[in-house]
Amino acid sequence: MSLLQIEGLGIDFGGLRAVNDVGFSLKPGEIVSVIGPNGAGKTTLFNMISGVYAPARGRVVLDGEDVTRMPPHLLARRGLSRTFQNLQIFQSMSVLENAVAGHHLHERGAVLADLFWLPAARRRSKQSEESARALLDRVGLGRAAEQEAGSLSYGALKRLEIARALALKPRVLLLDEPAAGCNAVETEEIDHLIAQVAAEGVSILLVEHDMKMVMRISNHIVVLDHGEKIAEGEPAVIARDPRVIEAYLGAQATEADNADG
Amino acid sequence: MRLSSKATTLLILAAVIAIAPVFFPSSYYFRVGSLIFVNGLAVTGLVILIGYAGQISLGHAGFAGIGAYACALAPVHLGLHPALAAVLGAFLSAAIAFLVGRPILRLKGYYLAVASLGFGILVSMVLSNEAQLTGGPDGMAVPELGLRAALKAVGIDLSNTAFWYAFSGLVLVIGAWLALNLHHSPTGRALRALHGSEIAARTVGVDVAHYKLVAFVISAVYASVSGSLLALQNKFITPDVGGFMHSIEMVTMTVLGGAGSVLGAILGAAILTTLPQVLTVFQEYEQLMLGLVMMLVMIFMREGLLPSITRRIRGRGE
Repeated sequence: MSLLQIEGLGIDFGGLRAVNDVGFSLKPGEIVSVIGPNGAGKTTLFNMISGVYAPARGRVVLDGEDVTRMPPHLLARRGLSRTFQNLQIFQSMSVLENAVAGHHLHERGAVLADLFWLPAARRRSKQSEESARALLDRVGLGRAAEQEAGSLSYGALKRLEIARALALKPRVLLLDEPAAGCNAVETEEIDHLIAQVAAEGVSILLVEHDMKMVMRISNHIVVLDHGEKIAEGEPAVIARDPRVIEAYLGAQATEADNADG
Repeated sequence: MRLSSKATTLLILAAVIAIAPVFFPSSYYFRVGSLIFVNGLAVTGLVILIGYAGQISLGHAGFAGIGAYACALAPVHLGLHPALAAVLGAFLSAAIAFLVGRPILRLKGYYLAVASLGFGILVSMVLSNEAQLTGGPDGMAVPELGLRAALKAVGIDLSNTAFWYAFSGLVLVIGAWLALNLHHSPTGRALRALHGSEIAARTVGVDVAHYKLVAFVISAVYASVSGSLLALQNKFITPDVGGFMHSIEMVTMTVLGGAGSVLGAILGAAILTTLPQVLTVFQEYEQLMLGLVMMLVMIFMREGLLPSITRRIRGRGE
């Protein structure tokens, strides 16, 4: 049975059909990538699934429950978390605090206990700090824990966002261009991390421009163009699909070849 | 052992409060000191709202007004002890903040500023116009707290000004302790997270509307207790305590000293409470100098006095 089911999802921006009739599903532990040219509606689709935008049409079903138009904090309680294409880091906090903040649902408690710093509040804080340190180690930021988040490189901030999202212990993780701006080594690390997380049973929905990475780690690929799904299937099938090559891969492959050369 | 920033802040604050009287040439300085602590308490509440949660209120004097008038009215009409009247005022402020905060905290930036301003004006209008109850613009008397007499009975004899200096200083240290506790707690992290990025806070599960309300209610209680302390030590109160100017003063102190730092905001309260007295040497240019100092601080130290200064000292050390 699928964990996340997207059915006929669509939204309009001022008469423009930004996304229309997009549907697919994710099984536990599966990595599904959404690809398509810039402006195809990938991030808009993410924003609808994660409750940032309210879709005009269609349904989002999480583990049998209709969660369409549910606000992000309630989706978080149901185990859906995400990262952002344009980084959304808590800039004034340390790297560690960013990761600890991701534990909100596990560490929140009575405000009065927090104000008076009662043992319950200390215990909750200590637990989430320990877990946050482990997560930072996992994404390779263990040694940067005490630094100000704003001082990290772009690639490191991308990994910090992933650590923060993992803190939720999500069942479904939406990653919006996790490897953008990362060098080859960092991309490989992120690649490895995503595969590892999926192997633990977390369903991953990925938007990524690095085609090599997408082809390597995806179980299933959904191709968007002008807000519509034009193809979906296994990586090998997608790579041969003439519509996909025309809409996206052709241009991308040429660019990549040029960049490599 | 390296002290935590919480312990350091509390030690500095307690030491300054305890040691400063050694240098006081007259009892007038105790009076200025206790005014600083009263303002410092309100401002500490605003650190939670502005510095932690990133929300603005230009109406918080309204809650100071509620706390002040609770101490004036509840003893007369309900027969409550003034201390209990202050507690009642705090609960009333919390309840009103809860009701008012829910709709207005949906607003952001300028819109929230104007809506909260409206609330403050509403409270001061009620205090001014309900003359039968509040004495109107002429104000009304506030009964004696009675704690000084109780202390005297057990052998601690303090002058009136010294007592209020010590008592409001103690309340300020407790207020600072609570605010610092909150900073490093799960609730404080949620507040600072929604300040940093509301959308990211939502995706980690923070109920943003709820936590904004939490910050608003807590800061309202701080303002209320501050108003009660002012009323009890002055033994007289006018609607000015709940007025627009007082709201603006509170926010100015917070931002000037450093909204993100409890100690910074208290420093802001100390400077803006004493500066008008110091600047009297400039006579008719006093207000002009005050305005100039404020503008210069904000232009050259936009994070506020204390955070900017500590950042510069650290930068030099490295």
